[in-house]
Amino acid sequence: MAVPQSRSVWSRILDVASLAATPLAPSHYLELVSPLRATHTLNARVEAVHDEGDGTRTLTLRPGRGFRSHRAGQYVRVGAAINGRVVTRTFSISSSPDRRDGCIAITVKATPDGKLSRFLVHDVRPGAYLTIAQAQGSFVQPEGAPVRPLFVTAGSGITPVMSMIRTFVARGTMPDAVHVHYARTGETALFATELASVAAAHPRYRYVLVTTREGHGARARFDRAALDALVPDWQSREAWACGPQGMLDAVEACFAAAGRAQHLHLEAFHAKLAPRDAKATGGRVRFGLSRADVEANGQTSLLEVAEAAGIQAAHGCRMGICHSCDVTMVSGCVRDLRTGAEVNEPGIRVQICVHAAAGNVDLAL
Amino acid sequence: MTFPIVMNPETRDRFGAEIDAVQRDINASLGDRDRRYIKRMIAIQRGLAVAGRLTIYASLPLLPTGLPFLAVIGLGSFTLGIAKILENMEIGHNIIHGQWDWMNDPSINSSTWEWDNVCPADQWKHSHNVVHHTWTNVMGRDRDVGYEILRVNPTQPWHPAALGQPVYNALLALLFQWGVAVHDIDIGGMKSGKTTWEQERVKLRGVARKAAKQLTKDYVLWPLLAGPFFLYVIGANAFANMMRNVWSYMIIFCGHFPDGVHHFTEADVAEETRSGWQLRQTLGSCNIEGGALFHVLSGNLSHQIEHHLFPDMPSNRYPEAARRVRAICARYGVPYNSGSLTRQFGTTLRTIFRLALPGGGGERLARA
Repeated sequence: MAVPQSRSVWSRILDVASLAATPLAPSHYLELVSPLRATHTLNARVEAVHDEGDGTRTLTLRPGRGFRSHRAGQYVRVGAAINGRVVTRTFSISSSPDRRDGCIAITVKATPDGKLSRFLVHDVRPGAYLTIAQAQGSFVQPEGAPVRPLFVTAGSGITPVMSMIRTFVARGTMPDAVHVHYARTGETALFATELASVAAAHPRYRYVLVTTREGHGARARFDRAALDALVPDWQSREAWACGPQGMLDAVEACFAAAGRAQHLHLEAFHAKLAPRDAKATGGRVRFGLSRADVEANGQTSLLEVAEAAGIQAAHGCRMGICHSCDVTMVSGCVRDLRTGAEVNEPGIRVQICVHAAAGNVDLAL
Repeated sequence: MTFPIVMNPETRDRFGAEIDAVQRDINASLGDRDRRYIKRMIAIQRGLAVAGRLTIYASLPLLPTGLPFLAVIGLGSFTLGIAKILENMEIGHNIIHGQWDWMNDPSINSSTWEWDNVCPADQWKHSHNVVHHTWTNVMGRDRDVGYEILRVNPTQPWHPAALGQPVYNALLALLFQWGVAVHDIDIGGMKSGKTTWEQERVKLRGVARKAAKQLTKDYVLWPLLAGPFFLYVIGANAFANMMRNVWSYMIIFCGHFPDGVHHFTEADVAEETRSGWQLRQTLGSCNIEGGALFHVLSGNLSHQIEHHLFPDMPSNRYPEAARRVRAICARYGVPYNSGSLTRQFGTTLRTIFRLALPGGGGERLARA
C-alpha cells in the first residue's frame, strides 16, 4: 500500500490536474508528440544499428523517461509490432550502465524461428520506436566483495557478460577474470576484436576463444576435461555462464559433480516457446492462480476444463463473442476450436470458452 | 415474432458456414494496415480533443465581438463533440468489444480500455457485449429492446406510462450516456429476486466513481482554466457531450428499431444452433447507408448486421464484410435490412410515437 502521508502537495496537485485527461492520462497525449516522454508505457527509440556480421546486429536504444538504468548482466523486454501483432521477447543488455549517453545496446542474432529477432536484425531502422520494460534479472556481479570470475559463454550468450566486462573497463575495476567463449569460427565470434584489445590492455582479464568448427578437436565442446585444461583454477572461481540450453546443462552438470553448484550463475537466452504441434490433442493445464493442475483433452474448451476443476471462471456468452472470459496464457499452446489455429505466444490473452489445450498450458486463472 | 423465412436446418448451416468463411478470411488478412488504421484513428481523435478544447479558450478574447465569438466557440465545442463521438464509437466501443485484441498490444486491449463516457467499461461489457450481443432482440432477455423504458414492439404490453414515450425518447437522446451508465442496473431482476439491491448497489457505486471523474474533467477542471469565463466553457463542454449523446442515440436506435427488423421469443431460441444465432443476428439488425466519413462517425455501427455477426472483427473491415454478407443473404433469400439514415431513423421515430398508444401490431406486421 502507498503511504499517503509521504505524498507531496505537488504530486496531489498533479493527480488532480491529470483528471483533465480522464479516462486517459496526460501521458497518452504527450506520447503522440514525444514518445520518449510517455509514462503510461515505456518506449525506446532506435538510435543506431550496427552490423556485427553472421546475422547479428547491435541496436542502440534510447529508453524513454522513467527507465531506471540497469545492472550489468540484466535483460530487458523489447516489443515491436510485426504484421500488426505485438511480439515481446527479452534480450540481454550488452552495453555498460556507465554509458554517458544514457542509451542501452542489445545485440540480437536472427534465429530461423525468431519472429522478433529476425525483425530486429533485418527490418528495424534508426528512428523506429520499440516498447521496452524495466531491466530485470539476477545474472549480475555481486555488489560487495570482489570475486574472481569465470565467464563461460557461447554464441550470442556473450551479451550479458559483455556488459559486465565493459563495466569493469569503464570503472577501472577489472578483476582477475577468465572468459571462455565458444563460437563456431574465429570470424563469427561476437565482439572478438574488442575483447582481444581489452585483454591486451588488462592483463588480469584472460580471453579464451574456443572455435567449435575449426581445430579445437576434443576441446571444442564444454566438458570437465576441457575446463580443467583451459582454466586449471576454475574451482576457486565464481562462474557466470550464458548460452544455449545444451551448453548450460553441461556446465551445470560439471559444477554439480564438483560440488560447486552454488558458485554457478546461469542465464538461458532462448525464449522457451511451447511447440506448435498440429497433432497435439490436449495436455496438462495449469491454473496458476487457482492452484489447480488438470489433464485436458483437445476438444473441451478451457472454460469447461476450469469449471470441471471447480474453478469459478468469469464468462459471458460462452461462444467467443463477448471477451468476458479472456485469460492471460503464461506459456503453452492452445487451439482455437472455431478455426483450428494454434497459438503459443506467451502473455497473449486467450478466449477460454473457444480454445482448448494443444499441449501443456499455463493460464493465469 | 416468427422467422420471416423458412429455412431447413441444412440450408441454414450452409448459410452459417458461408458467414463463418467471411470472418475467417478477414481475420486471416489482419495485419500492419489495420494496426495503422486504429493507431491513426486514436491519434486523430486525441488531436481533435485537444484542438477542440483550445479553440474554446481561443474564443474567449472574442467575447465582446458577439457573432465571431459564437462562431469560434461553436467550432471548438463541435470539434470536441466530434472527438467524443470518435472516442466513444469507432474507438472505445470497438476496442471494448475486443476488436483489436488480436494485436496483443497492452495499450489497446478490451481488458484495460476505459472510455470517455460515464458508463464504466466493465459494466458496459456485461450489459452490451454479454447480454445484448448474446440475446439480440429476444423479448424478455435483450434489455436493449426499448431499454426497458420504451415500447418499441407491439408485443410489449401497453401501459398508460407509454403515453409519455415521445418525451422519454427525447430525454434519452439528450442524456444518452446516463441511460447507458445505469443500463446494467437490473431493476427487473431485483423485482423478480434474480439479483439483490446489495449486488446492484456495487454497480451504482462504480457508475458514481466514474461519473465523478468525468464531471470533474468537463465541468470543473477545464472551466477553471477560463477563470471568470468558466460558464462559457461549461456550456461548450455540455454542448459537446450532448452532441455525442444525441448522435450515438440516433445511430444505436437505428441498429435494431427500424421497420422490418425482427424480434424473437425465448421459444424461438430454445434450441438455437450457431447458424440459428447467425440468422437471428442478421434478421435482428439494421444497417444504415452512407459515405465513408459517416461510417467512421457511426463507429461503423452503420454496419450493424456485420457488427452483430462478427462483434470482435476490427470495424474498419465491416464495409468489406458487408459486401459479402449482403451477397450471401441475397442468395439464401435472407432479408437484409439496409436503408438511409432518414428511412431507418424515421421509421424508428414513427414506431416510438405510434406505440405510445395501445395496439400497433396489425399494420406493422403486414408491412414487414
